[in-house]
Amino acid sequence: MMEAQYRAPGSVDEAVALMAGAGGKGRVLAGGTDLLVQMRAGMVAPGLIVDVKRIAEMTAISQIAGAWRVGAAVTGAEIHDHAGLKKAWPGVVEAINLIGSKQVQGRASAGGNLCNASPAADSVPALVAAGAIATVQGPNGRREVPVEQIPAGPGKTSLKPGEIVVSFTLPARPAGSGDAYLRLIPRTEMDIAVVGCGVNLTMKDGTCTAARVALGAVAPTVLLVEGAAKALVGSKLDDKAIEAAAAACRAACKPIDDKRGTIVYRTKIAGVLLKRAVAIAAERARSN
Amino acid sequence: MSEQRRYKWVGTRQNRPDGADKVTGRARFGADFNLPGELVGKVLRSPHAHAVIKSIDVSKAAALPGVKAVVTGADFPEQPDQLLPAGEMQVNLRDVTRNVMAKEKALYEGHAIAAVAATTAAVAQEALSLIKVDYEVLPHVIDVQEAMKDGAPILHPHMRTDGVKPAPEKASNIAKRLEFNKGDAAAGFGKADIVIEREFTTQPVHQGYIEPHAALASAAEDGQVQLWTTTQGHFQVRGFCCRLLNLETSQLRVTPSEIGGGFGGKTVVYLEPVAIRLSQKAGKPVKMVMSREEVFRASGPTSGGWVKVKMGAKKDGTIVAADITVALQAGAFAGSPVGPSCMCSMACYDVENIHVVGYDVVSNRPKVAAYRAPGAPISAWAVESVVDMVAQELNIDPIDLRLKNAAKQGTKTHYGPTFGVIGMVETLEAAKASPHYKSKVKPGYARGVAAGFWFNVGADSSAAAHVGEDGSVTIISGNPDIGGSRASLALMAAEELGIDYKKVRPIVADTASIGFNFVTGGSRVTFATGLAVVNATRDMIGQLKQRAAKLWEVDVDAVVWEDGEARPSSTNVGKFEPLSLAKLAASASRTGGPINGHAQLNAQGAGPGFGVHIVDLKVDPDTGICTIDRYTAVQDVGTAIHPSYVEGQLQGGAAQGIGWALNEEYIYDAKGRLLNPGFLDYRMPVASDLPMIETVLVEVPNPAHPYGVRGVGEVPIIPPMAAIGSAIARATGVRMVDLPISPPRLSAALDAATPRMAAE
Ligand SMILES: Cc1cc2nc3c(=O)[nH]c(=O)nc-3n(C[C@H](O)[C@H](O)[C@H](O)COP(=O)(O)OP(=O)(O)OC[C@H]3O[C@@H](n4cnc5c(N)ncnc54)[C@H](O)[C@@H]3O)c2cc1C
Repeated sequence: MMEAQYRAPGSVDEAVALMAGAGGKGRVLAGGTDLLVQMRAGMVAPGLIVDVKRIAEMTAISQIAGAWRVGAAVTGAEIHDHAGLKKAWPGVVEAINLIGSKQVQGRASAGGNLCNASPAADSVPALVAAGAIATVQGPNGRREVPVEQIPAGPGKTSLKPGEIVVSFTLPARPAGSGDAYLRLIPRTEMDIAVVGCGVNLTMKDGTCTAARVALGAVAPTVLLVEGAAKALVGSKLDDKAIEAAAAACRAACKPIDDKRGTIVYRTKIAGVLLKRAVAIAAERARSN
Repeated sequence: MSEQRRYKWVGTRQNRPDGADKVTGRARFGADFNLPGELVGKVLRSPHAHAVIKSIDVSKAAALPGVKAVVTGADFPEQPDQLLPAGEMQVNLRDVTRNVMAKEKALYEGHAIAAVAATTAAVAQEALSLIKVDYEVLPHVIDVQEAMKDGAPILHPHMRTDGVKPAPEKASNIAKRLEFNKGDAAAGFGKADIVIEREFTTQPVHQGYIEPHAALASAAEDGQVQLWTTTQGHFQVRGFCCRLLNLETSQLRVTPSEIGGGFGGKTVVYLEPVAIRLSQKAGKPVKMVMSREEVFRASGPTSGGWVKVKMGAKKDGTIVAADITVALQAGAFAGSPVGPSCMCSMACYDVENIHVVGYDVVSNRPKVAAYRAPGAPISAWAVESVVDMVAQELNIDPIDLRLKNAAKQGTKTHYGPTFGVIGMVETLEAAKASPHYKSKVKPGYARGVAAGFWFNVGADSSAAAHVGEDGSVTIISGNPDIGGSRASLALMAAEELGIDYKKVRPIVADTASIGFNFVTGGSRVTFATGLAVVNATRDMIGQLKQRAAKLWEVDVDAVVWEDGEARPSSTNVGKFEPLSLAKLAASASRTGGPINGHAQLNAQGAGPGFGVHIVDLKVDPDTGICTIDRYTAVQDVGTAIHPSYVEGQLQGGAAQGIGWALNEEYIYDAKGRLLNPGFLDYRMPVASDLPMIETVLVEVPNPAHPYGVRGVGEVPIIPPMAAIGSAIARATGVRMVDLPISPPRLSAALDAATPRMAAE
């Protein structure tokens, strides 16, 4: 059996070079809460592990002109303790903080959650609803990619060989904005989302002026549900508009029957969570 | 309860003797034993639910450098068609050897096909991939009702349904039919004002012990074998391994580790005979540890079942007749707990006319093992749900209805015995008087109640009590301590001796260091082994009195043992300074040598236990998620020797029952392969799912035990499912009949009941 090599570079450039040199056998290690579990289970056997937690740019949270930049390897625990980010993007923060337990929070990152490419990843619908942009660096330099374009199917991403997600940018937002993320799990903790729903709204004088809605665990990848956003924008978030948005969510679902839920159940719950998440996001928007 | 204290130590909450080791990580569990030069053993498991094994080629694996031994079914001698007790269940030796290592057929996915021992885990793993098995895949059957149908794939061509006359000619998956009768059920229904009839199902559920199976075997050249393993009964392990491998019991010494949970699932053997056989062939120690996935695919669980209940009652709540059919899935080999399931079904009630039929059914799933009150929770789920329906229909309080029909001393059960001193009525009354039942149900919540019964077991135990040179005491018994039994045994010994609990050290001895002990199971240890410890201690006290008599040169009748010392029985005897244990120990050599007590017995008179659980919960109608707000377990425990550990048993049983009710199930694909062999998707409750589980200990002492002990460990898993189902029925108007009541299932049932919502 081949033993894996371990490197902990201090810069993104170095990390990218190491990945390029590993010839497809390299794996990025952030918190390791997916990667190490998969290695122990014999599902993956990397030749080189590139630990990105010593890279300043990937482990920092900063604000630039109202936008927030969150390093891809920042842990859930650090995000939890960041008052500024929590105030601006409570839905994104609560989604990241739903991952695992206290112990897992001390390690797990949003970058790992996205790149592990589980359809049920909790932070991804919230990031997509937020309109987050990922900064990606690879052998051919840097590019900016909307988060929804990164997952390509269960366990698959659109990242090119050797590419690393460096950070996420959450855009500056107008007053009267709020976001929320809700997931359904059969237990109260330590479970995987049967459905996840992220909602991001801007309200002006009681009318919804902008909306983004994303669903997790109801299709091979996260879904940006534009029909739901359309139903909300221009409305006063009255029952009819919300029911139309819920119907758009149900219509967008392409779930499977599996050990975590049935097609019928997942489809129904997508609508239920949409209504509940809109209520929370709207409440936050009103008080912002 | 009045706190007048009958005893100095019994009934107090002392630290458990194994506690410090467990919280500091010093305790050694099954996988913590190692020997110089040990090899790693691994098992190749069947990927098919049902297949003929046409051939196995191990030559490539055996030739791999680092591989020291390979075994297959051919390495285990054929066994007779003979039943042996395994905990509370019976097993057939012919089947046990096939479950340990398949012979002609693979009968479930995960069935052991071959095993290797190698220098490293990686080599062993690679060797498994080099074993070539030629399978002929057969149609399989998973579900118990499907397995009973004509035309179902037959697992065992030799199997004919036992208990049917005339004996059937055709092979069947129904291993056995049983029947119990009291009065005349058919006539009884004629006296009923209402009759309710429903069918219920349950899914198999795993015991879910945190510690996977593990064994380390060392077979020496002279034929002696030593084995270290995590088990509920090392004497049982010795018995099984010796039978399967043609060893004499004196040749095999089994040392039990600390045990990380068993709940009945560690009363059988899986790895142990394989590790020994590999060690015999390799000439080196072999260690085997199951992964969690292997635990799920190849060990436990308890049966899933189908139960039909018909119950008739008069308007005043008198239950006049019950007719019950129970079909339990046994897994790949005959032997589900259908017997106890039938017997427990109506044991809580004094009903004139009862008819119960049971079926033991094989299917292509792991062979079931005991799990807390084996079989009882399955029939209770159905019967207690119907009792609740009777209460609802007649508009009678569910506790009052049960009080009206409660079994009491003198009640003749439908399976034969007449109850002695039991506490069903006292338990119901305590439930009614509990702070929980007296509280108002919160708006939006609903309350459910259910009861449960378990026999509890006595059986064989041995114990010894040794006085050290300084007067401190060692209590030696032979039952692995799962639930705090060492603490309870030490408390009873301290009480008998009249010395400080801390001066008594209880240990669990290996099979060569104490006489035979039946398994830790059937809630028997504090009762039966407790009795042995009390008797061994009394034997020792008798000797201590003799030594004092010798020193004082008086008749032994003139000596009494009080407060940890020998005293003259009266002033007439003479003026003697009392002799403490320490003083008597110091002079032991001069008075006849070491002072040790012994006892061995077959404990008779195990006291049955009854429990009543109360739950308050709410249902989210949009998601089908149940949230439990308050939960109370009330039980007749005889005497709580160590109340904290008795409460712990009640709380643990309730927690497992809640998981059984709400989420736990095995999910199979179309090929009969298990899809959720891990705790992520086999959803046992996590801490945040449960409220603090309140307990009420009712003490109706068992007259057959000096301290009144009844078993307590099994009753608490029986009532939760029906308590929860009944609360859900009262919350939503929908009576759930299939377990688990998972969110998708409850949501679908609620939608079906309110067509408007479903039409959305
Ligand atoms: C007990 C437990 C509970 C869990 N509960 C949840 C839960 O509730 N919800 C949930 O969504 N997930 C859950 N998870 C999964 C996991 O914790 C999350 O997906 C987590 O966010 C992964 O982050 P990480 O930093 O640990 O990733 P890692 O394990 O370090 O990496 C995950 C994958 O992404 C790749 N990767 C990591 N960072 C980058 C990067 N910057 N660029 C490119 N590739 C990268 C890695 O190579 C690897 O393939 C749980 C896991 C455990 C063990």
